Amino acid sequence: MGNVKIGDRVTRKEDRRFLTGSGRYVDDLQLARVTYAHFLRSPHAHARIKSIDTTKAAASPGVVAIFTGKDVAEAKVGGLICGWVVKDKHGNPHKAPAHPAIALDTVRHVGDTVAMVIAATADQARDAAEKIEVDYDVLPAQIDLATALDPKAPQVHADAPGNLCYDWELGDKAQVDAAFAKAAHVTKLDLVNNRLVPNAMEPRACAAEYDRGTGNYTLYTTSQNPHVARLVLSAFVLGIPEHKLRVVAPDVGGGFGSKIFIYPEETMCTWAAGKIGRSIKWTAERSESFMTDAHGRDHVTHAELALDKDGKILAFKVDTIANLGGYLSTFATAVPTYLYATLLAGQYTTPVIYCNVRAAFTHTTPVDAYRGAGRPEATYVVETIVSKAAREMKIDSAELRRRNYIAKDAFPYQTPVALTYDSGNYGPILDQAMKLADYAGADARKAAAKAKGKLRGVGICSYIEACGIAPSAVVGSLGAGVGLWESAQLKFNPTGNLQILTGSHSHGQSHETTFAQIVSDKLGIPLDQIEVVHGDTDKVPFGMGTYGSRSLPVGGSAIMRAADKIIAKGKKVAAHLMEASEADIVFENGAFKVTGTDKNVPLGQAVFAAYVPHNYPADLEPGMDENAFYDPSNFTYPSGTQICEVEVDPDTGNVEIVNFVAVDDFGNVVNPMVVEGQVHGGIAQGVGQALMENAAYDKATGQLLSGSYMDYTMPRADDLPSFKLGYEVTPCPHNPLGVKGCGEAGAIAAPAAVMNAVRDALSAVGAQDRIEMPATPQRVWAAINAH
Amino acid sequence: MTMSVAMTVNGKTVSGNVEARTLLVQFLRETLGMTGTHVGCDTSQCGACVVHVDGVSVKSCTILAVQADGSKVTTIEGLAESPEKLHPMQEAFRENHGLQCGFCTPGMVMSAIDLVKRHNYAVTEEIVRHGLEGNLCRCTGYHNIVKSILAGAQAMKAAGV
Ligand code: FES
Ligand code: FES
Repeated sequence: MGNVKIGDRVTRKEDRRFLTGSGRYVDDLQLARVTYAHFLRSPHAHARIKSIDTTKAAASPGVVAIFTGKDVAEAKVGGLICGWVVKDKHGNPHKAPAHPAIALDTVRHVGDTVAMVIAATADQARDAAEKIEVDYDVLPAQIDLATALDPKAPQVHADAPGNLCYDWELGDKAQVDAAFAKAAHVTKLDLVNNRLVPNAMEPRACAAEYDRGTGNYTLYTTSQNPHVARLVLSAFVLGIPEHKLRVVAPDVGGGFGSKIFIYPEETMCTWAAGKIGRSIKWTAERSESFMTDAHGRDHVTHAELALDKDGKILAFKVDTIANLGGYLSTFATAVPTYLYATLLAGQYTTPVIYCNVRAAFTHTTPVDAYRGAGRPEATYVVETIVSKAAREMKIDSAELRRRNYIAKDAFPYQTPVALTYDSGNYGPILDQAMKLADYAGADARKAAAKAKGKLRGVGICSYIEACGIAPSAVVGSLGAGVGLWESAQLKFNPTGNLQILTGSHSHGQSHETTFAQIVSDKLGIPLDQIEVVHGDTDKVPFGMGTYGSRSLPVGGSAIMRAADKIIAKGKKVAAHLMEASEADIVFENGAFKVTGTDKNVPLGQAVFAAYVPHNYPADLEPGMDENAFYDPSNFTYPSGTQICEVEVDPDTGNVEIVNFVAVDDFGNVVNPMVVEGQVHGGIAQGVGQALMENAAYDKATGQLLSGSYMDYTMPRADDLPSFKLGYEVTPCPHNPLGVKGCGEAGAIAAPAAVMNAVRDALSAVGAQDRIEMPATPQRVWAAINAH
Repeated sequence: MTMSVAMTVNGKTVSGNVEARTLLVQFLRETLGMTGTHVGCDTSQCGACVVHVDGVSVKSCTILAVQADGSKVTTIEGLAESPEKLHPMQEAFRENHGLQCGFCTPGMVMSAIDLVKRHNYAVTEEIVRHGLEGNLCRCTGYHNIVKSILAGAQAMKAAGV
């Protein structure tokens, strides 16, 4: 492959290995002297561990070691940490109860870790675990979120009274109340944002090695951010010096957030590898993933929207209870606060907003960021209530949105909920979406559907997203334990080929292609002479990883910066080679030229000269490597509108998506093929949430009812249509690529688009307010037949 | 109890001793070290483990290694003629961006080839969507997988494979 440009539809460099079965995922690794771990899981949602007897298990064939919570506590292994301190409305930090890697005396959700068995084979470890005898004193469990904060609810942690992690607010309540008093119309809404299991197709896995000779540890793990994993494990949990711990995230089969976090299993495998002096491998079974991967969403919300008689939004008031599960996962506290309430302005000029969030512990799997993290929850609230208001006020739903959009010339736009939107142009996006969806013809299609006994509905969702997380100073002031810059290193070999070392991590997002594409465009190097290296703390200087659609806006910008430095360095080399003044050198089409002459030195030649630096002046350093760190000055704000059309069968409750349109503004696009793929995948996850996915617990016992693919309905090819996509481009004004990020858009907008369509369809029979996600056939049928 | 099994995998005769409970996918991955075939679930729902046994697509987590004794097994590693020359279906996935993280991909490609052959190369979007019932993908939203398989069917027909 030759030189490519930003914007080209380039096929992927990574595909060949994935298509031929040559990918290297964690479970594919073959380590010397390996043993296998199996984790014994709690069958109860809440219980006191009275005793654990491992005698029989220890005598089981192949067993190498067994560790319980007691061993871990005695060895002073630190608990897992939450990396974001949220201050409540009185300025106090959130409640942070201990989260031991293995439960010490109390289990707090089904699947909580009780013991670790290490044996010669995975089957032997599993067999032995079955022989561990645990005496549990089963206690009442608090599962239901809506009642979790009741004073009489069973308590999850003694040091979090009333199950309250924090009571947090954003915005000015008095101003909002005053605006409501003047409203011509108030729309009220109660909403549930259902709990989801991220379900990357590759289950979580890890493998840990310990080298007795050097005392070095290597952890291979399914991680979205290996450097952060190393930092947390060494500084907070295991105390292994950072230079003695290498963390490698090789090919990773999807993450969607669930692989950001530091989990008990990788912690334990690393620690135990040092203890037993042998390698240890663990791969989750899918049913284990259901119980132990951090879940997503899980809010109950009451919202009210105040409008004037023309449908102009005057104020917005939101009250949310967010489920955190049994323990705090790595970024759990930030998701329902700074990643949620700050997005409640949506695309609208709402002058005042007040949001109160109470975060609750329950005896369920921990909840953390899942594709979109906070933004899908916010978008669902905003876009549902706007559609409801339109229905109540008998204003067309597209028209009501349009009346409230922030105008193109109003950017940068300061919202009442902390963020300053960088750029946007929402009207043309809506126009294009309406055209692609044939919005004008919807009434005729509804009538035709009615004639054959079906209910048709059209739903719109205009979303805004804050990507490119994040300006380090901003997140630091809000309680983040880390800065969220990104690093890049460009490393030339003397023969002119190049490695891009990036601190972000690809687990399906195509970095190996898009990052190479950026550099190919910028430096004029053929794509096949560029290799992207990521996911290994021993190779890449440092990095903050991949989530929140930050790879391109933050990681890509760091690469651009490093490329600028390469050009600057190359100018010095070329000036020396051509005996010209550095100020007269320009870089064009892959070569350094002396302005106004035809003298030039191709980049490759300058690189070679930099590594064989004959006759170099004293002040010119040999070599051609450059390192850059990029800290964004603002978030980026992708936006878009999705329109979904559904046909509901009132006899069966089945919802069929008959048309799905997404028009997005991601700023500049590096590779349209990759961007489209990201949008498709996101929409599928959003449609999944709207129509079928639900992590359901038995409210009395806390058993996870949807604990495998038998009961948790993942969208299949047959459940989805082909999507129609469109773009608008409003470049990001503050990063060198002008990009905004695209990974989460689909998942953020689709739930509201689909549910607005379902509610529109059900409004024909007055059932629009009786349905919550997921709108399964059973629920839809019940909503229709509820009178 | 260990038992010996022998089969042809991607044209080569292989054999090994396995526990009676060993699944075909375990035999391929662990005994033979052929890790192209993936495991994505424990309830036979995801299709990441699909291989061909005597020319027919099979979820290799649903059968025991001993049940495949004497069979001809083809895995994702056995499809491409050479690292440079991919099978037309693999090529179609590459051209149409039918994969992202690549984890479901081996199973998808193996299922796709069998699906296309079963329909004598005459597949439609509806047939493909329905035919992928046993394969889950969390990344692509299936849009491009469907596109890939439709293109792959044509290419397979043209290439006579
Ligand atoms: S691993 Fe065989 S179907 Fe999931
Ligand atoms: S490409 Fe990731 S699961 Fe299909």
